[in-house]
Amino acid sequence: MPTFVYMTRCDGCGHCVDICPSDIMHIDTVTRRAYNIEPNMCCECYSCVKACPHQAIDVRGYADFAPLGHSVRVKRDEEKGVIAWRIKFRNGKKDMDLLAPITTKPWGTCIPKLSEVPAPSKEQRDSQLLFNEPKYIRMDDGDIHTLKSNGLKMVQGVEGY
Amino acid sequence: MAYKTIVEDNIDILVAGAGLGGTGAAFEARYWGQDKKIVIAEKANIDRSGAVAQGLYAINCYMGTRFGENNPEDHVRYARIDLMGMVREDLLFDMARHVDSAVHQFEEWGLPLMRNPKTGAYQREGRWQIMIHGESYKPIVAEAAKKSADKVFNRICVTHLLMDESKPNRVAGAVGFNVRTGNYHVFKSKTVIVGAGGASNIYKPRSVGEGAGRVWYAPWSSGSAYGLLIGAGAKMTQMENRIVLARFKDGYGPVGAYFLHLKTYTQNGLGEEYESKWFPALEEMVGKRYLDIEASHLTHRPIPTCLRNHAFINEVNAGRGPIHMVTMEAFQDPHLEEIGWHNFLGMTVGQAVLWAATDVDPKYENPELTTSEPYVMGSHATGCGAWCSGPEDISPPEYYWGYNRMTTVEGLFGAGDAVGGTPHAFSSGSFTEGRLAAKAACKYIDDGKGEGIVVSQEQIERRRKEIYKPMEHYKIYRNEITAGSVNPNYINPRQALDRLQKLMDEYAGGVTVSYMTNEKLLNIGLKKLKILEEDLEKIAAENIHELLRAWEVKHRHLTSEAVVQHTLFRKETRWPGYYYRGDAMRVDDDNWHVLTVSRRDPVTGEYTMEKAPLYHIVDENG
Repeated sequence: MPTFVYMTRCDGCGHCVDICPSDIMHIDTVTRRAYNIEPNMCCECYSCVKACPHQAIDVRGYADFAPLGHSVRVKRDEEKGVIAWRIKFRNGKKDMDLLAPITTKPWGTCIPKLSEVPAPSKEQRDSQLLFNEPKYIRMDDGDIHTLKSNGLKMVQGVEGY
Repeated sequence: MAYKTIVEDNIDILVAGAGLGGTGAAFEARYWGQDKKIVIAEKANIDRSGAVAQGLYAINCYMGTRFGENNPEDHVRYARIDLMGMVREDLLFDMARHVDSAVHQFEEWGLPLMRNPKTGAYQREGRWQIMIHGESYKPIVAEAAKKSADKVFNRICVTHLLMDESKPNRVAGAVGFNVRTGNYHVFKSKTVIVGAGGASNIYKPRSVGEGAGRVWYAPWSSGSAYGLLIGAGAKMTQMENRIVLARFKDGYGPVGAYFLHLKTYTQNGLGEEYESKWFPALEEMVGKRYLDIEASHLTHRPIPTCLRNHAFINEVNAGRGPIHMVTMEAFQDPHLEEIGWHNFLGMTVGQAVLWAATDVDPKYENPELTTSEPYVMGSHATGCGAWCSGPEDISPPEYYWGYNRMTTVEGLFGAGDAVGGTPHAFSSGSFTEGRLAAKAACKYIDDGKGEGIVVSQEQIERRRKEIYKPMEHYKIYRNEITAGSVNPNYINPRQALDRLQKLMDEYAGGVTVSYMTNEKLLNIGLKKLKILEEDLEKIAAENIHELLRAWEVKHRHLTSEAVVQHTLFRKETRWPGYYYRGDAMRVDDDNWHVLTVSRRDPVTGEYTMEKAPLYHIVDENG
């Protein structure tokens, strides 16, 4: 179901245009508001819905299989680190509120800047290790797994299957 | 034309396409190349691009080695069984031995991973899957990539790779255009890591009209991983191995958490278990090596996904559809019910929309499943992609030419969908492959392999002309007609896509023929693809947005041709349930226990096909 935009809420800010992975949210040159130019390339990913500062964008299920009269709304809050959903059924019998975390850390603060960490040694460069390894890839303090360390070899052909 | 040419010079590592593979590459490249120039070119906005744009509710590739759960070779065996043997076990082992490092770092960065309160380990969904609240998975890894990259160019549709003119078969960067400004972008680079996506929308979808957007893989996955690599003359592997997904009907909502965590199960329209009755005949068709019912029963050896599809397809064709997912039991537990809905909201909102629209409450009604149209990609449960070198400490000689994840073109690396033979990488494995490619690319540069690259102005101008040709073509012929989209001199991108989907569906085993094809059909398909290629020279773009769609369909076309060539080459039915060669309906291990490798000559367009040996990892003393 492709997205659509409420005329009275959209102010043409372009956040949706900026974020849409499919390049289908565009600004209409006459109304100067956003709209979905290519509904059959929309997969209802909700990226634009979440990015809209005015809750001006909504979704109406694909016309070829989704009847009218339903609603799935969302509010995503990076500062609070949560996303809130509300699902309403067509027949009005189900109305669900669902809340989920989107991050456990203050946004963007806990990712290392690799230009500022100590440079890798020649030994590390010549090894198979990646940044921060062998942390997390072993149960013990050993080195990276190899065929040899794990008692394995490669055999050609169906016999090895 | 008024579009500017913008040249970004002296790049060391260009990441073309920054989904999970590309972000992993950009992030890691900075560590091994702290003094290097790292640039990202991305078709959309890296905060929401690639297959994970919408989010994910699970990480499907996590060993849990530090919790004593699995070793890398366990995952290799699993992927090998699931793909009927046809995998690159060196690449898989390599990915598996590193993947946990990526996943634990995601948690450090703030990605909410669920923990098992009893064990303290990550909450398992299945043996390889862990559960996450992953709505912001992509924005979080994008932050990591942005911290590492010197520059991020969003909204650049990369159309071609640049080739070095001083040394044959060496990459020299890439070109493309900005889908907002229309400007021509030239990236001159010593190495390129292709992190672009696999292909949705090359087979006619089940949906019609608007619903064509509700594909299983993202509609913006335009096969550019393959279009770019094939166009540069890189060898490809396993391109016949397209995938068909059994998913919730119409919305294509995922079933993994439902099967594994919620313990829902399938039944036919009569309320019966149906899978097992198809297995004896199937066991005969594929051989006991690949389906041993007794062994599977005793040892919980997994049954390959394609074979379960086969049972599904045959049950429906026998008139006992629809196939239902039995949710009514699990959903009585309010906690499981909530997980069931969160699972969609985290990664396939459209399925929640569909159930709300059709009043399907899985607590009181068992929803329908379907099998999808085929998709071509290399990171989910299938392994299409480039023929890449493996790591030096694992790979046998046929699989090794110096730099990990380097294609057969020098300086050209892959990650995620771009790398062939590595199914079951999923998000975390793709990110890991990006990291591996980045380290290798830095080494390639440090070894002096990227020196002396020459890109002539002629090459840059030739590509520029080629890129904007659809707009020129439109301008020349548009006014020959009064109005509308019917023109004797051109087709528009949508018309080209429709033709591609129809012929792939009918000749290369799409959904309307129950995934069936044969040599005759494939040859007709190839002929039609050649003619379509001629017409793609006459594709018309009214504006920059259509120019984007024009280049997407050209990449999809190159991908499709490779799929048909590979399908023709492999004279057997290796993956019943993904596709059938009606003229060779059995698994033929005598002739086809091998990987298929192709190369399209960039000048002539001619294909050469070869078999590559298949190696398996076994116990040293086995």
